[in-house]
Amino acid sequence: MTLGDIASVLETKTLCCEERLASVEIDGAFASDLMSDVLAFCAPGAFLITGLTNIQIVRTAQMLDIPAVLFVRGKCPLEDTIALARGAGIPLVLSSHNMFHTCGLLYAMGVKPTQANSAPV
Amino acid sequence: MADPIHLEYEVAADDYQAAGAASNSVKETLKMLGLPTAISRRAAIITYEAEMNLVIHGGGGKIVANIDEESVELMTIDEGPGIPDVEKAVQEGFTTAGDRAREMGFGAGMGLPNIKRNADVFEIFTEVGTGTTLRTVINLP
Ligand SMILES: Nc1ncnc2c1ncn2[C@@H]1O[C@H](COP(=O)(O)OP(=O)(O)OP(=O)(O)O)[C@@H](O)[C@H]1O
Ligand SMILES: [Mg+2]
Repeated sequence: MTLGDIASVLETKTLCCEERLASVEIDGAFASDLMSDVLAFCAPGAFLITGLTNIQIVRTAQMLDIPAVLFVRGKCPLEDTIALARGAGIPLVLSSHNMFHTCGLLYAMGVKPTQANSAPV
Repeated sequence: MADPIHLEYEVAADDYQAAGAASNSVKETLKMLGLPTAISRRAAIITYEAEMNLVIHGGGGKIVANIDEESVELMTIDEGPGIPDVEKAVQEGFTTAGDRAREMGFGAGMGLPNIKRNADVFEIFTEVGTGTTLRTVINLP
C-alpha cells in the first residue's frame, strides 16, 4: 500500500510533497501527540498520525526518517511547518476525521500497528 | 574515517522554532560519514531529546559531538538551574516541564530514559545553580 492509496481512501488534503505520495510505501503507522513517545516507540518505517501541528512534529519526523505525517481533525499546520517538511521531502497530509476515526479507517485498510522499543538498553 | 570529527552548536533557551536544527545537522553529518542507519537513528534520538532539554529546562547551552572510528560521543552542556535529584529525573514520567513544552508535544518525562536506552554510556554531571552536562557514547560496531 502506498501513501497515495491512503490519501484517496481518507480523502486527505496534501500539504506538500504531493509528487511523492505514490512512491511512499506504507506498512505500519504510529499515532501519538507525545513526541517523546514517538521518539521512544515509533518503529522504523512507520508513518506518524498526530493531532499536533507545530514545527517540532516535522523535526521529530526528520530525526526518525518518518516517511510521512498525517494530521487529524482537519487542523492545518502553519506555513513554516509545511516549509520545513517540504525542504526535508516529508509529505504532509490532512485528514478531516478525528484521531479515532482516522485510525479506524486506516486499520480497516490493513495498516498495521507498530511498536519498537528503539535500541538495546 | 581518518580524522576524528568535532561538532559544536549553540542552542537558545525557549526557542521552540529553531529547536532541532542542531540535532538535524549532527544527524546529517553521521549520514554523510556512512554510519549504519541503526546508529544514526540512536544518535538522532539522543541528540534531539537532549537538545529539547536544553531548550526547555537548561536555559540554552551547547551541543558537542565527537566522532571517531570507535564511537560517537554526544554531549550537552548548559549553565542552567541544574537537576536536584538525578535518580528521579531519569525515571519515566518524571517532569517539571510547563505548559509551553506540553503544547509542543514534550514534557512527558520520557526524554532522559529514552536517551539512556539508546546510549552505551550515559552520564549526568549536574549541580543546582551551576548547570548540567549530559555525556553519552554510542560504540560503533
Ligand atoms: N538540562 C537540564 N537542566 C535542568 N533540568 C533538566 C535538564 N534536563 C532534564 N532536566 C530535568 O529532568 C526532568 C526529566 O527530563 P526528561 O527529558 O526525562 O523529561 P521532560 O523533558 O520533562 O519531558 P520529555 O523529555 O518527555 O519531553 C525534566 O522535567 C527536568 O526537570
Ligand atoms: Mg526531555
